[in-house]
Amino acid sequence: MIGGLRRALPPFRFDRQGRRLWKDLAMSVAALLCVVIALVPLGSILVEAGARGLAAIRPSLFLLDTRDGGIGNAIQGTLILVALASGIALPVGILTGIYLSEFGKGRVGDAVRFFVDIMTQIPSIVVGIFAYSVILSLSFAGLVSPRLAFSTITGVIALSTIMIPFVARTSEEALRLVPVSTREAALALGIPRHRAILRVVLPSGGSGLLTGALLGVARVAGETAPLLVTAFGSLYGFAGLNQPVESLPHTIYTFALSPSSAENQAAWGASLILVLMMLLISISSRVIVHLRSVRE
Amino acid sequence: MQISEVVRGRFRNIRRGALGDTLFQWLTSLVAIGVVALLGVIAVVLLIAASASIQTFGPSFLTGMTWDSVADVYGAVPFVSGTLVTSALALLIGVPISLGVAIFLSELAPAKVRVPLTYVVELLAAVPSVVYGLWGIFVLAPAMANVIEPGLQGVLGFLPIFQGTPRGADKFAAGVILAIMIIPTISAVSREALRAVPQSQREAALSLGATRWESTRLAVLRYARAGIFGAIVLGLGRAVGETMAVTMMIGNSNGISLSLLDPGQTIASLIANNFGEGGPVSLQKSALIELGLVLMLMSLVINVFARLMVSRVLRRGEGGAE
Amino acid sequence: MAAKIEIKGLSAWYGSKKAILDITMDFAEHDVTAIIGPSGCGKSTLIRCLNRMHETIPKARAEGSVRLDGEDIYELPAVSVRRRIGMVFQKANPFPTMSIYDNVAAGLRLNGERNRDTLDAAVLKSLQSAALWDEVKDSLDKSGASLSGGQQQRLCIARALAVEPEVLLMDEPCSALDPIATAKIEDLIFDLKRQYTVVIVTHNMQQAARVADKTAFLYLGKLIEFNATRDLFERPGQELTEKYITGRFG
Repeated sequence: MIGGLRRALPPFRFDRQGRRLWKDLAMSVAALLCVVIALVPLGSILVEAGARGLAAIRPSLFLLDTRDGGIGNAIQGTLILVALASGIALPVGILTGIYLSEFGKGRVGDAVRFFVDIMTQIPSIVVGIFAYSVILSLSFAGLVSPRLAFSTITGVIALSTIMIPFVARTSEEALRLVPVSTREAALALGIPRHRAILRVVLPSGGSGLLTGALLGVARVAGETAPLLVTAFGSLYGFAGLNQPVESLPHTIYTFALSPSSAENQAAWGASLILVLMMLLISISSRVIVHLRSVRE
Repeated sequence: MQISEVVRGRFRNIRRGALGDTLFQWLTSLVAIGVVALLGVIAVVLLIAASASIQTFGPSFLTGMTWDSVADVYGAVPFVSGTLVTSALALLIGVPISLGVAIFLSELAPAKVRVPLTYVVELLAAVPSVVYGLWGIFVLAPAMANVIEPGLQGVLGFLPIFQGTPRGADKFAAGVILAIMIIPTISAVSREALRAVPQSQREAALSLGATRWESTRLAVLRYARAGIFGAIVLGLGRAVGETMAVTMMIGNSNGISLSLLDPGQTIASLIANNFGEGGPVSLQKSALIELGLVLMLMSLVINVFARLMVSRVLRRGEGGAE
Repeated sequence: MAAKIEIKGLSAWYGSKKAILDITMDFAEHDVTAIIGPSGCGKSTLIRCLNRMHETIPKARAEGSVRLDGEDIYELPAVSVRRRIGMVFQKANPFPTMSIYDNVAAGLRLNGERNRDTLDAAVLKSLQSAALWDEVKDSLDKSGASLSGGQQQRLCIARALAVEPEVLLMDEPCSALDPIATAKIEDLIFDLKRQYTVVIVTHNMQQAARVADKTAFLYLGKLIEFNATRDLFERPGQELTEKYITGRFG
């Protein structure tokens, strides 16, 4: 072992070769340092959220609304927004993913894929003001009241627009992983193509689709910027689709900026919940994929 | 009689199957094209909503230096520059760290450590932006204001970019938090580029007597440089569009100043701060939307460029980078 | 003549899989030694142990002694062993992002050589030794990957020779090349042995018969027979050897 250690360290020389070996060691250390530096913020966030936020996690946090320093209406709002957005985005996204993976070869498919990719990169705040502008444009045409621009519906439009391209791409990737032989086997049995896709390919790629859906949900659950300019926020609970609604990330934002230290602490508590949820989803999606691949 | 019935029945099934196939393909195609059409709708709707501002200011919007909601005069320069400055700073700090992470994970880490460590680095991306902002306000900003920025001023304070009173919420702090947030993106894509380098390249360098670092520098980084460049541009794309953490760290001042230690404003943070003000049909709203259009264009150009670079490298098997 | 490389009791593993078992042999200086045997018999593993490339594979390890001019190569830094024992691989692997000139000069630059004249001279000499100079002398700044397969392999040979190794290991260098390119490289080996010691792994027995002074026959990781090439082929001492060279397996 000593011999091994001696061999691992550079010889104690500073001629050219010795310098090269010391440099090699230094660069390895530097690379490791980069990893440490990258992980410090993650560790710090978890530690601080735990230290500062744990005390805020009491029943009153969930039972009170934001006007009283709680997050009850925020959680309610997030659940409603995410559920509605998922209801729209998951079917649309998965169907698009099916198109891309099953029918999307060739120039048209490539073009669709390219544009869907572009859509995943639109800054979320721009998606927010898009949703706002949709309602605004409709109000110019006299179809709706301009006050609808700050409402749950607008928030759902924004979140769906973010989720759809994301789910489309993850669904395509998931279905791509299904081996060609599976498809061919189904077709060779004489099953019509649409049924082959629905009954064989889709279930086969199920874990990947589920993972993609989960990650999409997690993504929009944590989005603040688009909601700032659409759902806007409210001190009260859900008051109707045409009214503004509070959401968890938005509460974190307002409580963070609040002069009240109790609300600051509540922000940390809410963050702790949000981050733990994200970690849970992230871990479980890994586990799902792992279990599926182990089973195969 | 019996046979033809059976045959007719079979044909009916085939036709039904074929009909189902056609319908299904049509359905998915329609949805997909609809999604792409959505992109066009986004552009059109934003243009409509921004039209008041576009018509009022024309090209002077892009050269205007003031944002005055009282006088209803709006210009984009402080915010475009704020966006570019903070993003450039984010790259300056974030790229070396990301490359270090990518090199460690791809070349140096023992197999047992590699997978869990990769995963943990990816978790950085799972933290919502607003939580970064919260952490930034209460943890990073004090550290900036009390330790890091005075320290920086002590050493480099003679430079105009480090003048002023460090308060912890300024362009520099925003740049730092952006750097942290783009590390997972740049390191993940760079790692893919490094993994695409054939092992034979490393062996060629090692067989000449290169140390592991020299082999990485000579054979791996050079080969993967197009992909790494693409990764960096993707990181830039992310930084440009980032809103919440930046809003909470940048100090929210609409003026232009040379010093990084002064507060500033990015396009995203301005919109986040001001969108709630004014009526829906106001010029200010329209100007904010036009600014959003500018941001979308910036992000689009950057991301398209990055994707072209990355896909070119990852699709190419041998022959290597150019 | 003193043995350039002496191996004693060399065994090597990939994880738990044993690749070569207890090999003892000598490589004489200025000899061309061929190592032959069926696929998977450990030929490549053997020569990769000689320049400590074997250990670059995760979970690979080796035991036993390998001496270069009497020095144990595991006591020396791997970096200096690999400078003294060069290697050419089965598939030519020039650096595609570098010019032909830079490819050849790469090893020298690693060792800190900056002087343009020295580099020019070394590149010239190496490309001439690799019989490539005439073909590329007017296009030294073109990419290393722009050459044909046979030229690329000779470029790799030039690159290996530029650092002035004492031994050149060649791992099936012609297996991806056409007969004409193969012939060019075999002629090259004839010239190289004047200055270097060459160990060549080959699955082509005729090639071994053409270029090698001595030949070693490996089977399932063990050294079965090691003799002067002509003796091994004409009067094989072991039954396995005879079976292999008469084509009864492998």
